[in-house]
Amino acid sequence: MTNLLAIDFPPISHLIEWPSGPLGINKVVVLMWLSVLLVFGLMYAGGRKKALVPTGLQNLAESAVDFVHNGIILETIGPDGMGYAPLLFTMFTFIFALNIWEIVPFAQMPVTARIALPLFMAVLVWFIYNIVGIVKQGFFGYFKTAMFPPGVPWPLYILVSPIELVQIIIVRPLSQSVRLFANMLAGHLLLTSFAIITASLWSLSLLIVIWPASLALLIALTGFEVLVAFLQAFIFTILTAVYIGGSMHPDH
Amino acid sequence: MLHVLAQTAPGEVQKGLTAIGRGIVYGGAAIGPGIGIGIVVGNAITSMSRQPESAGMVRTTMFLGIAFTEALALFGFVLAFIISG
Repeated sequence: MTNLLAIDFPPISHLIEWPSGPLGINKVVVLMWLSVLLVFGLMYAGGRKKALVPTGLQNLAESAVDFVHNGIILETIGPDGMGYAPLLFTMFTFIFALNIWEIVPFAQMPVTARIALPLFMAVLVWFIYNIVGIVKQGFFGYFKTAMFPPGVPWPLYILVSPIELVQIIIVRPLSQSVRLFANMLAGHLLLTSFAIITASLWSLSLLIVIWPASLALLIALTGFEVLVAFLQAFIFTILTAVYIGGSMHPDH
Repeated sequence: MLHVLAQTAPGEVQKGLTAIGRGIVYGGAAIGPGIGIGIVVGNAITSMSRQPESAGMVRTTMFLGIAFTEALALFGFVLAFIISG
């Protein structure tokens, strides 16, 4: 199975199983630490100067904050969701910083291509939106408005309530984590395959005629992966905001 | 018994069937979301052209809709890796 056009691919398990150092520290963990330092350092340095008209790094940091506040929070939760702005902004920038390692040379590994971080963040979001709903509406009130949404004719409740219960308990964290994880893993597999094909085709055989096409596709896919990294961070954050907003205002 | 007829080693038929199963899992999982995302984006384009002032809100909702439908295709992709022979 590892022979395609007489090119030797490494076995596919090598993309998923990696050797670890002591305490389980491998390349993915080091990249995660670097992402934390990168996000913290960028935002700290961007917030040092308090100029009224921002320039340079302060401009970058402020436009990122504006994007999360206006584009995500005010669109989905409304003005009373601003209490969650630190959480959502940190989530957005952290996930984007984790994803962007996929195209950085010598790293080339999106940290979210391992299920641990997306799963942890999705479980965290699950706790948050359930606890917010229970605190705002009471334990039974929360499940009542989730399973029996007002404005729905009552015979439909037989269909809607099991679906809604499974949705808020199981499907939401599962789908949120798998969406981020699988998108990043698929992109990484795609880039790896095309890189190996491009490298192997650079040899003295007749196949070299398709080498430019493979290289062009590799470059195009790398650009596409920047878009996917940003989009997946945005989608994770906006879904978190939608779930929290749904727990806070159950009437729509 | 199939391996006697096919003259293969005992483990190979199962590996072949596992490979076929993986292909069917992802192939079947990719049909629905492909059509679904096409419908979502097509309707978003129509609404953005009918009322350009609401383009920002429509774009945000379109991304939400794409995320929901694409997740189903990705479940299939992940399951295709999980299935082991």
